[in-house]
Amino acid sequence: MQIEINVLLFELALTFYFIATIAGILEIFRGKKTSSRLALYLAATGFLFHTANIVVRYIEGGHIPVTNMHEATSFFSWCVLVLFFFHEFRYKLGLLSSFIMPIVFLLMFSSSIFPREIKVLSPVLQSYWFGIHVVLAFLGDAAFAMACGIGIMYLLQERYVKSKHLGGLFRKLPSLQVLDEINYHLITLGFPLLTFAMITGVIWANSAWGTYWRWDPKEVWSLITWLIYALVLHLRLTIGWRGKKAAILSIAGFVIVIFAFFGVTIILKGRHVFM
Amino acid sequence: MDILVVGLNHKTAAIEIREKVAFDGPKLDAANKILKNSKAVKESIILSTCNRVEIYAGVNDANSGIEGIKDFISDFHKVPKDLLAKSLYIHKGYEAIRHMYRVASSLDSMVVGEPQILGQLKDAFDTALKNKTTGVILNKLMRKAVSVAKRIRTETGIAESAVSISFAAVELAKKIFDDLSSKAFMLIGAGEMAELAARHLINNGVKDVFVTNRTMSRAEELAHAFHGKAIPFDGFVQELLHTDIVICSTGAPDYILMKEQAHKTMKDRKQKPMFIIDISVPRNIDPRINDLDNVYLYDVDNLQGIVDSNIQVRSKEAEKAEEIVDEEIDSFLKWNASLSATPTILALRNMAEEIRKSELEKTLKKLGPMEEDRIKAIDNLTVSIVNKLIHPPTASLKSGEEDKEQMLDIVQKIFNLEIDSYNNDKT
Repeated sequence: MQIEINVLLFELALTFYFIATIAGILEIFRGKKTSSRLALYLAATGFLFHTANIVVRYIEGGHIPVTNMHEATSFFSWCVLVLFFFHEFRYKLGLLSSFIMPIVFLLMFSSSIFPREIKVLSPVLQSYWFGIHVVLAFLGDAAFAMACGIGIMYLLQERYVKSKHLGGLFRKLPSLQVLDEINYHLITLGFPLLTFAMITGVIWANSAWGTYWRWDPKEVWSLITWLIYALVLHLRLTIGWRGKKAAILSIAGFVIVIFAFFGVTIILKGRHVFM
Repeated sequence: MDILVVGLNHKTAAIEIREKVAFDGPKLDAANKILKNSKAVKESIILSTCNRVEIYAGVNDANSGIEGIKDFISDFHKVPKDLLAKSLYIHKGYEAIRHMYRVASSLDSMVVGEPQILGQLKDAFDTALKNKTTGVILNKLMRKAVSVAKRIRTETGIAESAVSISFAAVELAKKIFDDLSSKAFMLIGAGEMAELAARHLINNGVKDVFVTNRTMSRAEELAHAFHGKAIPFDGFVQELLHTDIVICSTGAPDYILMKEQAHKTMKDRKQKPMFIIDISVPRNIDPRINDLDNVYLYDVDNLQGIVDSNIQVRSKEAEKAEEIVDEEIDSFLKWNASLSATPTILALRNMAEEIRKSELEKTLKKLGPMEEDRIKAIDNLTVSIVNKLIHPPTASLKSGEEDKEQMLDIVQKIFNLEIDSYNNDKT
């Protein structure tokens, strides 16, 4: 019975995210000067169902539901939404939902493709490090997802200002400085989260398998991701790689994150494979 | 009552005539007092700005009202009537309401969408209220005009985009930097357009102001006017290190800032963005600078291009605004039509009749079976009570007294009458 409830909640969340994505995209083409908050409300409704889905699965499984691809991807998109709502209320950025909701929806949609059964966590993984590790890792990835969306917004706005054709979204998009600053904040948030996720992962690995690091594909790609964002921060602070360059790097960085997340799990198997 | 507008504006009258008939300063109160005592004009508002002089009026008879207002303007300003006749426009009823809405929403302005006119109209209304020259009709119309203007401002983009070069510069600066209060601004050279743009930027709160000029005394003069700091001309490139927004307007025959210099400056300031506006003709800033990352260079043609496309956007938005105006005129006319006596009297009668019937029925039921002529007598009694009660109000509503509109409005309110008859007096 409970499985049915969580499936229903998941489908409701997915549906609301889909409609919110459509509303967000329509918002881009809408001629009205004032921006509608429809996409935001739809996303918030979906988020409630989504949260309920995660809670139900938590109760059923007895641990944070991130033990298979379905759960992990769903939790990933839930984390993106947490950061999205925070930024929406904090900064009220025009069109933010139009650029973030598609990412959220695509994550949820991928999640819906994977098998959904609730698995019992194998004893080797049962440790409080597990919860800390995955929450840190997904929040970090969510910050990078947001930075990617904000980076796309920056590149668009930069094109308008540079090309001197101030049509289209020029008026609705936030200013270049705000987009660049938020992009930077998100990376300074994501980077330490990823760092701590790797540290806790290493500790957990040692307690579970007795080795800290085994060059498992996931570990390698996490290291690559970590190095890329370390480079983004380094270039920014030393030689002023801000603005356009920072935006492009944060989009590229997120492509690597997505590969490390889906590609590694599906193509290159390792101990992170959810089984 | 008929609504009239008699007036002239920048389209119909040259400045020489407009200034002759302007009701400026103390003249406005005096004029209001004269109109208050006019027989032809029941209600009036005088709007006098540098682009228009208009009198909005509620009159009992349109023709004598128009003549009365013309006479008044001509007498007051000692301008011959035939001179006025060429410039004056006159709108009645539907067209007058439309005109007022269009003026309030800045659709009739020289620069469509400019925000001042609404404030000027409100001031004119305040003066009229102070002098008690308005009544129920113009009060309602004026409040409606203000709300129409606000609706148009929020629902359309007529006031949205900058339509002057200096506003376009500020708008761009805000889309690059967001908050200007932590930014430093430098004016290189001088000139009317550059100084205007500089003033707009300063009014938007830039933190530091630097002024430089080949003539140091001129730089100091302008720096004083802008509460800024004068810097020597040969040192301005170094100062760019701490400058975020630059306006350049010098008479130099060639570039005073080359791409290589800007490149070095950007490196030194760790790529913090710069917005450079080159108003000079011929240009003073190497146009290749726009190719550098984080530098946004606009010349006078770029800004003019933005202004031109914004004006196009505004005129498109103005079409939407005109539709809103038409919609709102209908809603005002509905209210106005309800103020004619007949539907109000009818509604009052119907209400009384309904009450009489239902009360009569109740009483007859209680009394039980009765002879036909007794029922008839009771019926007659109720009819005559009702008629006697509603006769005085209906009679005075019909009489067309001085403040008939006000009376109708009050009667409708206290009896809670719903008037749905909408006679098309779109004349």
